[in-house]
Amino acid sequence: MNNAQTPHISRVINPRNGYRRRMTTNFFMKVLALLLTLAALVPLFWIIGYVFVKGSPFINLSFFTQLPKPLGISGGGVLHAIEGTVLLTILAALFSIPIGLLVAFYAAYNPNTLLGTAVRFGTDVLAGVPSIIIGIFCYALIVKPQGHYSALAGGVALAILMLPTIIRTTEEMIRLVPQSLREASLALGASDWKTTIKVMFPAALSGIVTGFLLALARASGETAPLLFTALGNDRFEIGRMVQSGAQNGQSILTIIYNILQQPVDSLPLTLYKYTQQPFPERVAQSWAIALVLMSFVLLTNLLARVYVNYRTTHK
Amino acid sequence: MSSIKAAAISSRTFKTRLQFYLRHGDRPWQVLLISTSVLVLVLMIAIGWLLWQQSADTRAGFGWNFLLPTQTANWDPVNSNFDSWPFIYGTLLTSLVAILIAVPTSIGVAVFLAELCPDWLRASLGVLVELLAAIPSVVYGLWGIFVFLPIIITPLGDIMENSLGKAPLLQYFFAGPIPISGASRLAAALILAIMIIPTISAVTRDVLMAIPRGQREASMALGATQWETISKVLIPYGLSGILGAAILGLGRALGETMAVTMVIGNSIEGTLSLLRPGYTMSSIIANEFAEAVTKLHSQALIEVGLILFIMTLLLNVIARFLVWRVARRTPQEARA
Repeated sequence: MNNAQTPHISRVINPRNGYRRRMTTNFFMKVLALLLTLAALVPLFWIIGYVFVKGSPFINLSFFTQLPKPLGISGGGVLHAIEGTVLLTILAALFSIPIGLLVAFYAAYNPNTLLGTAVRFGTDVLAGVPSIIIGIFCYALIVKPQGHYSALAGGVALAILMLPTIIRTTEEMIRLVPQSLREASLALGASDWKTTIKVMFPAALSGIVTGFLLALARASGETAPLLFTALGNDRFEIGRMVQSGAQNGQSILTIIYNILQQPVDSLPLTLYKYTQQPFPERVAQSWAIALVLMSFVLLTNLLARVYVNYRTTHK
Repeated sequence: MSSIKAAAISSRTFKTRLQFYLRHGDRPWQVLLISTSVLVLVLMIAIGWLLWQQSADTRAGFGWNFLLPTQTANWDPVNSNFDSWPFIYGTLLTSLVAILIAVPTSIGVAVFLAELCPDWLRASLGVLVELLAAIPSVVYGLWGIFVFLPIIITPLGDIMENSLGKAPLLQYFFAGPIPISGASRLAAALILAIMIIPTISAVTRDVLMAIPRGQREASMALGATQWETISKVLIPYGLSGILGAAILGLGRALGETMAVTMVIGNSIEGTLSLLRPGYTMSSIIANEFAEAVTKLHSQALIEVGLILFIMTLLLNVIARFLVWRVARRTPQEARA
C-alpha cells in the first residue's frame, strides 16, 4: 500500500464531493424555473386587468345595440361589428365543420395509406400557414373574380383557418374510441357509413365539440385574413337589410345572398381600425371591444379545457 | 301472370344489384371521404399556386433582385420600384430575437410545469399558460401600443442605445434613437416573444412529460440532483422534440401579423437597428394590400407573401420531421 501514489479511496468516490455546490445549483435552478413561469404569466394578468379596467366603463346597452356615431360625437356602439362577427363565424362553421369531419374520419380510418399520410401532413402544414397568406389567397380566389369585398370571402378565409384544428382534434377523438365498438357494429352487419354516423360519431362527440369550440374561439379573434376579404363596413345592419328586402318582396334566399355579398365588419377588425385613428373616443371604445372579444375567447377556451379535464378525470 | 312475376323478379334483382354495387351505401361514402380529403390537399396546393401565379409580373420584372439587399431600401409604389429585403430582414430579426428570448423562458416554464410543480397546481397553471395563447393578437397589439411600449420599451431602448449602442460591432444593431412612442423592431420582437412562449412551453411540457419514468428514477438512483436529472437526462432525451417546439414557435412568429403591425412603427428605413421602426413581411402586406392601386404594387405584395409562405412551409416540414422522428424513436427505446 503506497499512499503517496494512489490517493485515498475516500477522495475518489466520496459521495460528499461537491455536494454543497451541487445542491446550491439545484436550488437556484429550481427557483429560476419558478421565476420564469411567474414572468411568463405576468403579461396574462397585466393584459386582462388593464383591458378590464379601461374597457368596463364603456360597456353599456347602447354599445351592443347601436351603430357607431359620426366622429367627434361620443356614444354609439358596435352593433355592426357584433353582427358581422356572428355572421362570419357562422359561415366559417358551416363551411369547415362538414369538410373537417369527413377528412378527419378518413384520416383516422386510413392512417397508413398514402392519402391518409398526405392528408395529415397537409393538415399540419395548413395549420402553420400564416393567416395573412390565407387572406391573400381568398382575395385572389373570391374577391378579385367577383370584383368586390364580401362576407362570403371572409367566411371562407376563417373556415380555412379553422379546418386544421377541427381535423386534428376530431381525428384524435375518433382514435380514442375503442376499436371494438366499430368492429362490433360492423360485425352486426351495419355498413361502414352507418357505423361511422351512429356509433363512432356519438362516441367521440364531446371531444369533437371541444375542438370545434377552440377553433371557433381562435377564428373569432382573427383579424389578418379579414383585412382584404371582409374589409369592414360600419353601416352593416342585418335587421335593416332583412326589412327592406321583405318590403321589396324578395325571397329569403335573395336576402341571404345580398347579405353575403356585402362587406362586413368584425370585432377584431373594428378594434384594429379604431386604434389607427387619432380620436380619443374611438380609442376608448376599442378597449371596450377588446374586453368583449377577450371575455368571449377566454371563456370559450376555459369552458372547453375545464370540460376536457373533467371528462378525462371522471370517466 | 308470368310477365308480372318476371317484372317483380327483375326489379328485385335490379335493386339487389344496385345495393350490392353500392355496398349498401359504403361506396358513395368512401368516395365522399376520399374526395373531401383530396379537396384539402388541393386547397394546400392551390394556396401556393395562386400566390405563384398572381406574382408573375414582379417575378419576371425584378428576378432575384427583388430579394437581394441593396444600398438603399427602395419601396416606391409610385415609380414601381420594389425591393423586399427590408421586410425580410425585419421579419428575420424580430423572429430571431423573439426566439432567443422565448426558448430559454419556455424551457424554464415547461420544466416547472412538468417536473417541479406540485400536482394540485399543475392543471390550473397549464391552463393559464395556454390561455395566454388564446388572447387575440389585436388585443396584444392594443395593450402593446398603450401600455407595454411606453412603460417598458422606450426606457429599455434608451438604456440599450446608451450601453450596447456604443460597442464597436453592436452599434449597427443598437443605433438609436428609439421613437418616443416606443414603436420599433425591439417592441415587435418582445411582443412576439410573449406571444410564442405559451406555444413553445406547452409542446416542451408535453415532450418532457412523455419521457418514461425510468429515465428519471435511474438518474436519481445514481445520486443526481433533480436539476442534474433535468439538464443532463431529460432535456437531452427530449432535445429533438424541444427543437421541434422552438421551430413551431418560430413559424408562428414569422407569420404573426396584427400585433406586430400595431407596434413596429411601419416605416421603410435602410437601417439594421433593432431600436428603429421598420416593417415585417406580414405587416407590409396588412398595411398596403387593400390600398395597392397599381397592378405591380399588389403583385409585389403577393410576392412578399409567397416568400413568407415558402419560409413557413420549409420550417413546418423541418418541425414535422423532427417530431415524427421522436414519435418513431420512443416505442423502440421503451421496448429495449
